[in-house]
Amino acid sequence: MSYVKLTRDQIAARIARDIPEGAYVNLGIGMPTLVGNHLPKDREIILHSENGILGMGPAPEPGLEDLDLINAGKEPVTLLTGGAYFHHTDSFAMMRGGHLDIAVLGAFQVSVSGDLANWHTGGDAIPAVGGAMDLAVGAKSVWVMMEQLTKGGESKIVERCTYPLTGIGVVKRIYTDLAVIDVTPGGLVASRLVPGLSCDELQRLSGVPLSPSAARAAA
Amino acid sequence: MVDKISPSVEAALADVSDGSTILVGGFGGAGVPEELIDALIAQGARDLTIVNNNAGNGEVGVAALLKAGRVRKIVCSYPRTADSYVFDALYRAGKIELDLVPQGTLSERMRAAGAGIGAFYTPTGYGTDLGKGKETRMIDGKGHVLEYPIRGDVALVKAERGDRWGNLVYRKSARNFGPTMASAAKCTIAQVYEIVELGALDPEHVVTPGIFVTRVVKVPRKKQAAQVRERAA
Repeated sequence: MSYVKLTRDQIAARIARDIPEGAYVNLGIGMPTLVGNHLPKDREIILHSENGILGMGPAPEPGLEDLDLINAGKEPVTLLTGGAYFHHTDSFAMMRGGHLDIAVLGAFQVSVSGDLANWHTGGDAIPAVGGAMDLAVGAKSVWVMMEQLTKGGESKIVERCTYPLTGIGVVKRIYTDLAVIDVTPGGLVASRLVPGLSCDELQRLSGVPLSPSAARAAA
Repeated sequence: MVDKISPSVEAALADVSDGSTILVGGFGGAGVPEELIDALIAQGARDLTIVNNNAGNGEVGVAALLKAGRVRKIVCSYPRTADSYVFDALYRAGKIELDLVPQGTLSERMRAAGAGIGAFYTPTGYGTDLGKGKETRMIDGKGHVLEYPIRGDVALVKAERGDRWGNLVYRKSARNFGPTMASAAKCTIAQVYEIVELGALDPEHVVTPGIFVTRVVKVPRKKQAAQVRERAA
């Protein structure tokens, strides 16, 4: 049976729907930034930016950019009513100190035990880590948003990460273009598979043990 | 009378010595003390260690300092950006040393320096390449690495307003590393857009109290930035 992969926006919308009212959330740079475009309008969700913003709003109208108000990706943003500014050390206290409910991060690889590799591809690439390691160890829940497979068709969920680690055993849940996969003490549990994709086929693509979720959540 | 106002960026930076460790504020383009960095290039100090979140963009600010060949080592969390080509070339040519530090650890190590803390354990980086060779300890079942303070000889920060006692307030996300760096250096130099009379800053709103600041120098807002800001106001 054939199936259609989710687009990045569809994955982002799925993540956004799973973020509860009142959550303090950090969206990593790159793909996770898309989640901000899909937050339900009827929920108050407070976005944190590592460079000292809580209550971060969307991009400003063209021509209204303020060079002093940018996000972690250095793009212009706005502040919601009720938002606050603070310095870097306080900002990372919020991250490392377990005050953020959810961090949504991109990844190169996630291991079956929740190890995360998302900062460096090794080799002679110039390394850059930013706040990735602080978020990985600090947020109450780390959710990864990524494609299931690399462009070359290799699984990004692996037995052991081959790329340099960002954090050990930190990932709670993985949202991919094929499914939602929870990292549990009993192993990986898949739910919300795209229509037409069986758990056996997902496991074959991933090359790691996956069990279907007992409770079939709605897509 | 306490008067920390310097007449010019040149005067403020006159005594920076070769081999200094210099903490430079800013995240991306916000809060970068660009005119102080330009004055540092003109002043001529060399063999510097620069501590900044990034490793310079384009050919201004920290990138200009790198390009001038004054920097021996950079301590930062995120050197690789779309236009960090000055750093990239120096790094690939082996002409600059890179000490890569997770961003929160970078900030906390400077906080520790300013707060007189000898070292601290953090879970950040445990079990990763950036924790290699460091002392570790299990605390409440979680692995931690021991990190030491980063002290500056000089800190260069940008704030919105200051007074002659050195009290500072910042603007939006341009605050970033400023308050922590101000506390962590022997000599902190703040460039501000506006110098106000003592008492004009609401004491409840002072972000960096003057005790952390050595010199304050007024630098007018750049025309382009001022226009963008006016539109945004």
